[in-house]
Amino acid sequence: MSQHAFAAALLDPDLPAPVGLTAWNGSDPAQRFRVYRNNVIVSLIDALADSFEVTQELVGEEFFRAMARQYAYAHPPQSRLMAFYGAGFPDFIESFPPVASLPYLADVARLEYCRIVAYHAADVSGIGTEEIAAALADEAKLPSLGVTLHPSLSVVAANTAVVSLWAAHQGPQDLASVATDREEAAVILRKGLDVEVLPIPSAAAAFISELQSGASLGNAAAEAAEIDPSFDLVGILSLLLQKSAITALNTALPNASRSPT
Amino acid sequence: MTTVSHPLPKEAGFSSLRVGDLPARSGLGLKPEHFRTILETLPDLGFFEIHAENYMVDGGPFHHYLSQIRSHYALSIHGVGLSIGGEGPLDEAHLDRLATLIARYEPQSFSEHLAWSSHNDIFLNDLLPAPYTAATLQRVCDHIDHVHERLGRRMLLENPATYVEFAASTMTETDFIGEVVRRTGCGLLLDVNNVYVSCTNHGRNPQAFIKSLPLAAAGQIHLAGFAQDFDAAGDLLLIDSHGAPIAQAVWDLYRFTLERTGPLPTLIERDNDIPAFAVLLAEAQQAESLLQNSLCEVLI
Repeated sequence: MSQHAFAAALLDPDLPAPVGLTAWNGSDPAQRFRVYRNNVIVSLIDALADSFEVTQELVGEEFFRAMARQYAYAHPPQSRLMAFYGAGFPDFIESFPPVASLPYLADVARLEYCRIVAYHAADVSGIGTEEIAAALADEAKLPSLGVTLHPSLSVVAANTAVVSLWAAHQGPQDLASVATDREEAAVILRKGLDVEVLPIPSAAAAFISELQSGASLGNAAAEAAEIDPSFDLVGILSLLLQKSAITALNTALPNASRSPT
Repeated sequence: MTTVSHPLPKEAGFSSLRVGDLPARSGLGLKPEHFRTILETLPDLGFFEIHAENYMVDGGPFHHYLSQIRSHYALSIHGVGLSIGGEGPLDEAHLDRLATLIARYEPQSFSEHLAWSSHNDIFLNDLLPAPYTAATLQRVCDHIDHVHERLGRRMLLENPATYVEFAASTMTETDFIGEVVRRTGCGLLLDVNNVYVSCTNHGRNPQAFIKSLPLAAAGQIHLAGFAQDFDAAGDLLLIDSHGAPIAQAVWDLYRFTLERTGPLPTLIERDNDIPAFAVLLAEAQQAESLLQNSLCEVLI
């Protein structure tokens, strides 16, 4: 028996049990091999169920586990760090035909995965008030500054009511009462030990995404203003500072001279 | 059993816990749902054990709480993903992560399994069995030698719970483990529940099995609960579930083991259907009283 054959049979329930297995009482070892097969697939489904609680609530446990089973067989883990096993699950959901009528499902899964990333991200302090004051004092340079955002921070922007759906699960509100087809966005980050999901306008989400991809404050703000002329730059910067989400200010940006599009 | 460690008072400072072995007392697996309870109540336990892979993350609450708990307790780091029984080479990046974790928390013990869990690029998230052959023996010994070299410390190897045997096997499990210990100098993490589960599943006598193990190398004991199933012949097939209280038969086998080893650091393992902390603490106290009895027998 090679481990290759053993592993292949674990990950394909249609394959027979590997050859070369025995049992002390002469019973069919295939029945015993099923314990391993079951351990592997159930542990993977359980890992996804732990990570995607709201997604599971939205479709029900039975459906969720069937969907997770298909994902696990198609995409078994390639890392020993099971906390991040669900990284590809939102994209899988998005292209999973049985849930084509639930466009918000992949968005909610994306938000839940962002929370896991935020939970385990590195501990980095936000910039201090002195550094902020110094940056604000030099108004001419301010638009060319780049910012480094906290490693826990990510943005989810969707054509669905992803934030309301997720929030409804956290409290007494009935999930069924949420109108699902509203455009929503959130910034997800960890402040101290607590992961937070903060609803933001979609222009602010675009602003943060631009900063994350290296744009200067000026360029990112210009992008956001194109989406929404009333984009509140001070509001979103205040929020990021209040959440200690800006961890460095960078003066020499490689693309600082990029003109706004 | 070469040394009998003395129980450390729970007020013992960090420095005194950094050196030496785990105390020969009972300990619990550390679960995130119990972080705060542990820090608020500082229960009288010998040590905590973590699964290495759960803490291979950059930051956040896991490291925050583990650092605090480590300052009060001895620590065992137990790997579940190294795939020591694997046909392929050990994953160097994973060994690097282990080395980093060990350097950060300075655990009293590091242990892994006689099993494989990865194949090529796929992690199977289970502890899988290997045939007991000369080729497997050579591979496992090479891997353990490499772990010893890379981590600069001696590891304990845990005996597995298995559900099938292999026609290709040419050695018994106890002879295999004895030979690994002899060749590599690694210690034995004696999982008494695994002994009971495997012996039931393969028609062996668990007491005779315990007596055939290299008990002088035993550095730690694991106790856990199992689930029951049946094989194709209708015979009992026990599953190492870590999801139930420890069975009376396993407590009895534990007592039998302690009579031969003397007191050893003993972990209560519970990874599924995790109950309130007090329930686990009660099982740890049950183990502790058996440890105290065995200590008295050694002294007499």
